[in-house]
Amino acid sequence: MITELTSSERQYAAVILVVMAMVGVAMAALGRSDPFGVHGVIVLVYSVGLLFLVLSSFYAPEPRTDRQASYYDDPIKVGIALSMAWAVFGMFMGVWIAAQLAWPTLAFDAAWSTFGRLRPTHTTGVIFGFGGNALIATSFHVVQRTSRARLAGQISPWFVLLGFNLFCILAVTGYVMGVTQSKEYAEAEWYADLWLVVVWVTYFILYLRTLARRKEPHIYVANWYYMAFIVVVAILHIVNNLAVPVSIGHAKSYTIWAGVQDAMVQWWYGHNAVAFFLTSGFLGMMYYYLPKRAGRPIFSYRLSILSFWGITFFYMWAGSHHLHYTALPHWVQNLGMTFSVMLLVPSWASAGNALLTLNGAWHKVRDDATLRFMMVAAVFYGLSTFEGSFLAIRPVNSLSHYTDWTIGHVHAGALGWVAFITFGSLYTLVPALWKRDAMHSAALVEVHFWLALAGTLIYVFAMWNSGIIQGLMWRTYTEDGTLAYSFVDSLIAMYPYYIARAFGGLLFLLGALVACYNIWMTARATPLIAGSQLDLPDRRPATGTAPSPAE
Amino acid sequence: MPELFHRKIERTAIGFVLAIIAAASVGGLVEIAPLFTIHETVEEAPDMRLYTPLELAGRNIYEREGCYACHSQMIRTLRDDVERYGPYSLAVESKYDHPMLWGSKRTGPDLARIGGKYSDLWHVTHLMNPRDVVPESNMPSYRFLARTPLETADFGMQLAAMREVGVPYTDDMIANAARDALGQATPDSDFSAGVVERYGEKTQVSAFDGVATELTEMDALVAYLQVLGRLTDAAYKQTAASEKAPGSQQ
Ligand code: HEC
Ligand code: HEM
Ligand code: HEM
Repeated sequence: MITELTSSERQYAAVILVVMAMVGVAMAALGRSDPFGVHGVIVLVYSVGLLFLVLSSFYAPEPRTDRQASYYDDPIKVGIALSMAWAVFGMFMGVWIAAQLAWPTLAFDAAWSTFGRLRPTHTTGVIFGFGGNALIATSFHVVQRTSRARLAGQISPWFVLLGFNLFCILAVTGYVMGVTQSKEYAEAEWYADLWLVVVWVTYFILYLRTLARRKEPHIYVANWYYMAFIVVVAILHIVNNLAVPVSIGHAKSYTIWAGVQDAMVQWWYGHNAVAFFLTSGFLGMMYYYLPKRAGRPIFSYRLSILSFWGITFFYMWAGSHHLHYTALPHWVQNLGMTFSVMLLVPSWASAGNALLTLNGAWHKVRDDATLRFMMVAAVFYGLSTFEGSFLAIRPVNSLSHYTDWTIGHVHAGALGWVAFITFGSLYTLVPALWKRDAMHSAALVEVHFWLALAGTLIYVFAMWNSGIIQGLMWRTYTEDGTLAYSFVDSLIAMYPYYIARAFGGLLFLLGALVACYNIWMTARATPLIAGSQLDLPDRRPATGTAPSPAE
Repeated sequence: MPELFHRKIERTAIGFVLAIIAAASVGGLVEIAPLFTIHETVEEAPDMRLYTPLELAGRNIYEREGCYACHSQMIRTLRDDVERYGPYSLAVESKYDHPMLWGSKRTGPDLARIGGKYSDLWHVTHLMNPRDVVPESNMPSYRFLARTPLETADFGMQLAAMREVGVPYTDDMIANAARDALGQATPDSDFSAGVVERYGEKTQVSAFDGVATELTEMDALVAYLQVLGRLTDAAYKQTAASEKAPGSQQ
């Protein structure tokens, strides 16, 4: 990997890592025993570890001079590996906290392992670790293939990928030490947030510069979604995380937003983290890998346009559906509800577009578990967006809010949609990237598919049941007009479902382990030499930036 | 032809990005900006007091331990919420909350008005091991809080940072932050008069964890729990009726 870099690039990489190591030392010195200091040490160890890797091949021979004639796939390979590692970590945490809800003593009476501290390690691990790495890796693949150009940088792809993982590590290690902003999906503290801004801006520039090298006049649909993901996540992240640290040696900060305004900013962020992280980016995946695997073009270009702009515009209005019947002014709640319902149209346009693309390839869906992963993902996408629009209606939300129904909805989306589309895409991408005919074992893909599907269904049905029961128990009155059930009554009714959910999650985790093994074995097999010749960039000058004379 | 128009935007990455930013900005601007300008968004509550340093420290522990992952602090305007937990929450009640802790999940009950519902001793026993009090509970035990001394050295800086984001702590409060924390948890000590003087008559001075000699994280957390819903009386004066939950029985 490092041998792919020229010696001046190796120097450049070493300089960046030395600077990062110095930042780590400074943080350790400023923070001392504060968790900020511990994070300084982590930054230091991380940078020195990478520096060691760079130095170990520092004097290796120069790479081939015609690097530009091939795609830059090394960062993608590492990204896939990191994504799977985070998947196992994040889902293990999911199973653990699920088990804690059923058997609370599983926290073992320690501080770091209590439910409240572990829960964000689960959400960050799966959303940012698993999802984020998969998005970065696939976006690097898709942008190169659809532009028929190599990534516009040698170091920056590594900086983006490894920098992002440093952010994830700081976030997750922070939670177990008790470092958190307590904003859902934005728990990481101010310094990790600042670092993410640097990484994200680099990502954005890299993406635009690669697009500028494209040999196609038009930007392919998948890239629209990846661009929306990158740009809007940057905006959301910056606004929601504006905060004043207690001092520059303290991990703790206070957000500049307070009370009701904070609630609105937080859920404007939170809902759009769903929209632009868990939806937009993964739609980008879907729009590339699904047609590719099915061997058919996207059903309708018009539907893609409708869906893209609908999602980009409507989603940003919908955040207030997280705050129905609260102290947020009524007019904002109503706007949120209205736009959430309208959001169903562009959402189903994408789900429909995906399923209609498969029309005519159903025999492949039957035989090929990889394509089936993506088909099920599209179905669950349709399902969870329908459910979302339904839950956003105020009277429905009065029942579902605060209950496990929300958790059921989340995981219908997160497992059924996000994880399924990711696994389907990875099973398409991995053989192509390592230049193999197919995955090591088609049977294991099949096994993974059924484990994942069973796990998802058990999880989601358990939570739908428990959520609705819980919601109904809270609002049931006796004959003489008093509340019929105490809170603890409703808690007792939850236990069977908590156990079922932990079991479903365990199946899902086992599936992910099977995937890791299969990917590992595929990467180790001998490559096909002949096939690799076809997958090369177009060497003609870029048409991306220059206006074409015909316009 | 919209389709042809779109074909044109697709040719420039920068143009496309600008279009995304334009489309994505509208919703947030329309919904968030007015919350700062429309006056009725946050009610008036002249009796609203600030968190004492000890309560603020407790609040930080509440965040640190992720209590918000299982407990909401937002009583909705629904009748069953109000009958179960008390008058519905007003925006003003969280006006000094950086960040708000309204929560999104009730694995445990709402805590917006838990202050005063139980004795300090109940809370300590419950936090040490919830199953000693409620055998069916799945809340984690927090014994370590009672073992961990409360770090007060930086309390002045904590209050100063809060002032930075808009909470009206005075110089006097900032200067005495660490002493006030100690004073609030050690009744009859030289410092307890000061905290009442600075934060108001209603400030509760108590040996929260039952041990008046040492300040622990348990003191801070219980002090915070006991002030929840009691920073102002505004919610009790509110006369508007709550809503009947749609479809609820009776
Ligand atoms: C795993 C979820 C969970 C976490 C995390 C959690 N709780 Fe609880 N909590 C519960 C449940 C369930 C109950 C109801 C049963 C009981 O009283 O133990 C409860 C009850 C309570 C009560 C009593 C409420 C009443 O009205 O009777 C208080 C106070 C409380 N919790 C405080 C806390 C604090 C403070 C923290 C953080 C240090 C915390 N909880 C963390 C689940 C949780
Ligand atoms: C192995 C499978 C999984 C298990 C067992 C699991 C379990 C859990 C549990 C127990 C919770 C806490 C629920 C609560 O507070 O009541 C949770 C929350 C959450 N999980 Fe998972 N999870 C799994 C996979 C995933 C995946 C793959 C994703 C995302 C891609 C995900 C995203 C989330 C999110 C966003 C939340 C927070 C929900 C909310 O706050 O409303 N989970 N999960
Ligand atoms: C049309 C699309 C969608 C709409 C209108 C929608 C709407 C909603 C609503 C109303 C809630 C409940 C809020 C509450 O009562 O607290 C919610 C929660 C949530 N949804 Fe969706 N949803 C949609 C799609 C999705 C998708 C595809 C995912 C993907 C994973 C997703 C992930 C989540 C998460 C993580 C939460 C929990 C937030 C929290 O409380 O922590 N949603 N959504």
